[in-house]
Amino acid sequence: MSTAPTSVTDSQNLDDRAREILGGARRSLAAVRAREVAIYGLLIASGLFSLLVTAAIVGVLFTETLNFFRADEVTVSNFLGSAKWNPLLGSEKSFGIWALVSGTLLVTAVAMAIALPLGLVTAVYLSEYAPARVRGVLKPLLEILAGVPTVVYGFFALMTITPWLQWMNSDVNVFNALSGGIAVGILCLPTVCSLAEDALQAVPRSLRDAAYGLGGTRFDATIKVILPAATSGIVSAFLLAIARAIGETMIVAIACGSRPQVTADPRDEIQTMTGFMVQMAGGDVSNFGTEYYSMYAVAFSLFMITLSLTMVGNLVRFRFRETYE
Amino acid sequence: MKSSRHVIRIKTRRIVVSLLVSSHQTNFLTIHTLDTGYGIMKRFFGTLFTTSILAFSMSLGLVADAQVNLQLQGKVDIDGSSTVYPISEAAAASFTKKFPNVNVNVGVSGTGGGFKRFTTGATDISDASRPIKDSEFAAAKAAGVAFYELPVAYDGLTIVVHKDNDWVDHLTVDEIKKIFNAETAAKSWSAVRAGWPDNEIKIFAPGTDSGTFDYFKEVVAGKEGSLRDDMSTSEDDNVLVTGVSGSPNAIGFFGVAYYEENKEKLKAVPVVNPELGQPVSPTSVTIENGTYAPFSRPLFIYVNAKSLRRPEVKQFVTFYITNAALMAKQTGYVALPPSIYQEVTDRCRKRKVGTHYLTPEHNKRSGPVTEVYKAENLVN
Repeated sequence: MSTAPTSVTDSQNLDDRAREILGGARRSLAAVRAREVAIYGLLIASGLFSLLVTAAIVGVLFTETLNFFRADEVTVSNFLGSAKWNPLLGSEKSFGIWALVSGTLLVTAVAMAIALPLGLVTAVYLSEYAPARVRGVLKPLLEILAGVPTVVYGFFALMTITPWLQWMNSDVNVFNALSGGIAVGILCLPTVCSLAEDALQAVPRSLRDAAYGLGGTRFDATIKVILPAATSGIVSAFLLAIARAIGETMIVAIACGSRPQVTADPRDEIQTMTGFMVQMAGGDVSNFGTEYYSMYAVAFSLFMITLSLTMVGNLVRFRFRETYE
Repeated sequence: MKSSRHVIRIKTRRIVVSLLVSSHQTNFLTIHTLDTGYGIMKRFFGTLFTTSILAFSMSLGLVADAQVNLQLQGKVDIDGSSTVYPISEAAAASFTKKFPNVNVNVGVSGTGGGFKRFTTGATDISDASRPIKDSEFAAAKAAGVAFYELPVAYDGLTIVVHKDNDWVDHLTVDEIKKIFNAETAAKSWSAVRAGWPDNEIKIFAPGTDSGTFDYFKEVVAGKEGSLRDDMSTSEDDNVLVTGVSGSPNAIGFFGVAYYEENKEKLKAVPVVNPELGQPVSPTSVTIENGTYAPFSRPLFIYVNAKSLRRPEVKQFVTFYITNAALMAKQTGYVALPPSIYQEVTDRCRKRKVGTHYLTPEHNKRSGPVTEVYKAENLVN
């Protein structure tokens, strides 16, 4: 208590002070207890609510995925072992998830090739090099990028980035992984930058001072002292950006196309897991058949991927955590 | 019901119009057509918004006053084919100019997607670029949804290539099969016809839930066959336009309206009529007289019978049918013969629900719309 009475001797006076601080008149003990229990319950309920929603989502995904695997035309070996995803077209249906996973990974790789280095360098500049005034302008500006609706990025990719790419290389398809990936990269840039910058800022001043005191330049201090000290924060920033890129939907649905295939060529048309779900949910199937349930199986796989990423992130953070007193 | 005095004021400018109003207890009926400023104005001062029987007016060429009706309120939900969408959207746009308080929503989820919602009673009108299927008919029946089947226009399913594609001058049905069939699935243009470049074909096709896909598949691959699996598909025809106009090696297909709208970016491929042996381009003349074969087909709207009792839906459907011929032309499609529109009006007025495209045994009935769309073929 910061305003403890200084020269109070009698208990009456102390009681008054307590009432003054805790508010109002003397309350019965039972009322106080009831109120505390109610507040406790409310807090637990709010905590449980998000937990329940998560559980419900996982439950629905899981049961519908089971429905999917119960169908005659679906086998687990086909799902996990094939790279041909043909739920709707062709003479033979095939549900090989790897065609979609590879599309997702390709877009994510392109996005991260842009977002991670650029984000980290920007974060270093903002945290270590930029004068306070520049930083005060630049950081909010960067964060605006995160506020742009992703559908706008999608059209930007399709209408602006793709024509540029086609101008540079005529083999680029109208719908391609590259332009979508670039747009997702731009989208993830503020996430990486902002979180990495927070991590850099959290490095204690004493470490910087010591580095400078030993005669290090700003670059020496950044590379040899500050970045290593902020590793765990930076890695978790990276993982968060990767998870964001994997789950990104609107951009890839608009710009990357709808042809599931395994390819390493980012100029080619692909379909991501999220892109497929958009196509399905948008009314591409007329009944509640296998292809409809395949949407849930894809969603479940996506959920497993992001979940394991989060877990890896926690592990890494724990492993590389550096504590400074 | 109290009999009301009807005051009718008629301003005719150019055409003498025979007005055909069947009204037992008509208390509120207005005929509105496309907004041109000329025409006829009919007003019935009477009890508004009581249950009135549906009175249709065959009034092709009848043009109404630009009067705005603020009294009629409500919502009309439409979903379904992206091919029919331009017509429904045009109808909704001019209708809401007259009735600003009626909300008309036109969705695009493909013929199949539209029927999925329509057969549960979720929408009032379903746009369809193919007739209702047996399974959808059964679903409607199970949900107690009765419907009117109303053809509104002809479409020529148009095969398009990139503007700069200078080798495809026409295609035969066999060549189209070579490109699209799952068994043949030509990888490059040179595999389709000798002398064409050895470039990889990129295919953009409507989604498998669209009526256009169904129709095309049946013509190209037959009932049992299937189209190749490495096409890019989308329920949104504008995505297909973007795709085909983005690559000189691309080919795609969709309703003729989307070609008309994007003529500067695309080239329509003349298709060799199997009977005439000559290439025919999709134009209003060839689509209407059937020489653009085998890719001419009728487009439909399906109207929920229960919804049609609501005044706003009734007004909208009246408006739609009255102007279908004109709107079909404006959006790039082709008007049906007047006799069909007469039949359409007849179905609504006589409350004849059901489909013409299934036999009583629920097998598929096919043929030109002029032969199938007859009262004796109605099944419900």
